[in-house]
Amino acid sequence: MSGPNEPLLEVRDLAVQFFTYQGTVRALEGVSLSVARGEIMGLVGETGCGKSVLARSVLRLIADPPGKITAGAIRFKGRDLLTLSRREMRRIRGNEISMIFQEPMSSLNPVFTVGSQMLEVVALHQAVGREEGRRICVEMLRQVKMPDAEQVLAKYPHELSGGMRQRVMIAMELSCRPDLLLADEPTTALDVTVQAQVLAILEGLTRQRGVAVLFISHDLGVIAQLCDRVAVMYAGGIIETAPAGAIFAAPRHPYTRGLLHAIPRIAARQESLAVIPGSVPSLVDPPPGCRFHPRCAERFFPCDRVVPPFYEPAPGHRVACHLHAGEEGRRSWERS
Amino acid sequence: MAGERIGAWGRGKRPLRINVFDEFRRQYAWQIRELGFMVRLLGRNPSAVAGFAIIAGMVAMALAAPVLAPFNPIQISLGDRLLPPGGAHWFGTDELGRDILTRVMYGARISLWIGVIVVVIAGGLGAVIGAVSGYLGRRFDDLIMRVMDVILSFPPLVLAMALAAALGPSLNNAILAVAFVMIPKFARMVRGEALAVKEKQFIAAARASGAGSLWIVWHHVLPNCLSSVIVLGTLILGETILIAASLSFIGLGAQPPTPEWGAMISVGRKFLMDQWWYATFPGVFILVTVIGFNIFGDALRDVLDPRIRR
Amino acid sequence: MGAVVEAQNLIKHFPIRSGFLGRRVAYLKAVDGVSFSVERGETLGLVGESGCGKTTVGHLVLNLLTPDRGSVRFKGVDVRHLRGKALRALRRNIQVVFQDPHSSLDPRMLVKKTVGAPLAVNRLARGAELVQRVKAMLAEVGLNEEHVYRYPHEFSGGQRQRIGIARALITGPEFVVFDEPTSALDVSVQAQILNLVKELQRRHGYAYLFISHDLGVVKHMSHRIAVMYLGIIVETAASDSLFAAPLHPYTRALMNALPEPDPARRTMRALLAGDVPSPVHLPPGCRFHPRCPEVQGICTQRAPELREVKPGHRAACHLYR
Repeated sequence: MSGPNEPLLEVRDLAVQFFTYQGTVRALEGVSLSVARGEIMGLVGETGCGKSVLARSVLRLIADPPGKITAGAIRFKGRDLLTLSRREMRRIRGNEISMIFQEPMSSLNPVFTVGSQMLEVVALHQAVGREEGRRICVEMLRQVKMPDAEQVLAKYPHELSGGMRQRVMIAMELSCRPDLLLADEPTTALDVTVQAQVLAILEGLTRQRGVAVLFISHDLGVIAQLCDRVAVMYAGGIIETAPAGAIFAAPRHPYTRGLLHAIPRIAARQESLAVIPGSVPSLVDPPPGCRFHPRCAERFFPCDRVVPPFYEPAPGHRVACHLHAGEEGRRSWERS
Repeated sequence: MAGERIGAWGRGKRPLRINVFDEFRRQYAWQIRELGFMVRLLGRNPSAVAGFAIIAGMVAMALAAPVLAPFNPIQISLGDRLLPPGGAHWFGTDELGRDILTRVMYGARISLWIGVIVVVIAGGLGAVIGAVSGYLGRRFDDLIMRVMDVILSFPPLVLAMALAAALGPSLNNAILAVAFVMIPKFARMVRGEALAVKEKQFIAAARASGAGSLWIVWHHVLPNCLSSVIVLGTLILGETILIAASLSFIGLGAQPPTPEWGAMISVGRKFLMDQWWYATFPGVFILVTVIGFNIFGDALRDVLDPRIRR
Repeated sequence: MGAVVEAQNLIKHFPIRSGFLGRRVAYLKAVDGVSFSVERGETLGLVGESGCGKTTVGHLVLNLLTPDRGSVRFKGVDVRHLRGKALRALRRNIQVVFQDPHSSLDPRMLVKKTVGAPLAVNRLARGAELVQRVKAMLAEVGLNEEHVYRYPHEFSGGQRQRIGIARALITGPEFVVFDEPTSALDVSVQAQILNLVKELQRRHGYAYLFISHDLGVVKHMSHRIAVMYLGIIVETAASDSLFAAPLHPYTRALMNALPEPDPARRTMRALLAGDVPSPVHLPPGCRFHPRCPEVQGICTQRAPELREVKPGHRAACHLYR
């Protein structure tokens, strides 16, 4: 069924729409993505590009209504998650696929202690007594380098700092030994020094246990420091996928290049920052052709008519941009 | 000259005079769109439609009373005393031979008028008091809110009765009394909203650019509380009509021969055993009107609540 | 050249009240002795993590809060003694741009009124003249004249921040405080705003106090930088000097923790353990010592003073005595 070379997670041609009073929001369209076992895959994009929607679709957590997965397939270990029953899906959530969010406060119950919430998770997966469960919890907290692990168990979530809460979440989500962890901007709300701690813990634990991670962030810096491969999203679609080294050293899509040049760096001297003019388009009425074309400095005749397919200018480096079309691609827009 | 203008308009050149309207449309484009959106949302909500239909029916009846009403509401006609419903008098007549349908229609004018006036006075004063109190905070807020608590700690009808009695029985005094009782309801709610608005950065920005407290309350705090005041006003309108009718019922509100629903029930009570129609019809109208305002207010709150939007 | 704004030894402690009578049980030492000055045409960057007091410093400079001790001088005049007309003139000259483009604009107010408010409340212009000036200002920040009759929700985050900038600059201030102006924006839009802010300074010679948690942004914007930790400035220097050779261990840790968008240099290291301590119960001695990788005996006992280590480069650390 699932061969050794088959990716752990494979999303193919996924489309998600939200039906709102303002109209139909085409939040994702034709999104394909794969995550190999043990790989840290980065998913980067600006606000509203659909990166969180993608993560939620994998767990089928899109609220319906107003949202709906209208097309595509999500294969996880050879099974299509979109065809599973609710019951089977529930078994996958938290067991085989876990998720951590930007604000851990929303996943922790404020009226129970950290210990009782962790015990509950432990008890779900292993038949252990109170003492044994407690010991496992302390061990879990030690693994995320929590200082004073024993005292933390007796505390309520609001008594912990943001960084500590995120550690508790990581400990809980990894305790059930998932194969895939979806991390949706887990460090965005944290200060940089704390972010560095949390990322080090996250990377260490997942690499050590061979857990694959889909790491979602708007911060190219964090992605560069952590990920093996990177997918860049813009306005509801993936526009470039490549190994991390390639995408930062030689970005192919004009949007990726623009993003990289827009970051103020501390290592370089920049008189003024490169700018991507305009702002992200509405997904109710997205531009025709390439969705980036109205802001693109390098657009040419096919861009506003033909949706660019993926080209592979280098092995493993896929980019959806007409600039990289070969002879064949050129002929195809001339026909249309 | 005028003809030229119309011609110019036809060719796509805008004549000067249209500009005022145009400017207005441009300036309020958002409100117009928002209003259209709200109306569409309300239209989809069955209880809003029902509530609106009742309110609209009552208002239409009140406005058209002089045209539609078959008789004179106060002219006595002793020959037609206490006739049961039917024929010329659909709702029957009272002990002085006046047509009850006519009096109920005219009564709608008084009840709705009282409701609107009370809500405008109480809503206006309450909103200002609440906004100032919430924005200024500290001692002033403590003082005002304790006073409001004292008013709220009385049952509204009892307090309104006491006030109306103290001021002397008349319609205007009843209006003042009910308005006074309703002020804290608005003040409390607006104060809560003001506390939330106060923490917004645009308030700090306004302060930093030198705006005084009154300017901020008037231009920032009150406009941001407006939609809640409208919702609460609609809900309270029903209650107000009920309390005003109650005051009239015990003789502290509208005085005879004014055709007021509460006053009619009060007199009709004596005839309840044998002439059921006398007190029943005004009572049914009070009931229906209050229900209409309540369900419309509830629906309006749902629509205006930003949490259920989008 | 005299400083436009000069802060001297600012102290602001917030009482923490508790119990029925609101007894003061402790003080939150938000700002605990901060001094700096900003000259015409210059940007001072104020950088630090959440809770370090940088926003409170901004509020003190803006006169939105009164310092417990210390003073803010505008062109040599202590702003606390200003009343009436002089105070109004000050308000006109010191303006602010806030972080959150959603909360910083009143959703029920037309752009015309939002941007024109500083003119209206200071009685600098009204009616047609006000509209004219608002339109000119909008054009200057890269918006359209027709935007005057729109509401904030019709704009994107970047455009809203432009409206905020227009409101701050319409009275022609000499000094502008930017409180995390781009931290809610995406990078591509952030770049537009940062370039605009810089360009406006070049054109008009404003003095800026630029508050941010993002070292990259602060470096890009500032001529001089002050690093704050728990209510005090721990290091201050010219931007180039600070990034070439950071002195304070905290500054170094901040720089190391900053993720660079370059996988070839996975330099991001967590040098610091633990979280920032609470500003209510400050550690004794140097406030940074519980997290400091280079802590010495003296650090737990005496607080180091901010002293000049190199010309124009000052640090508060016992390593440099």
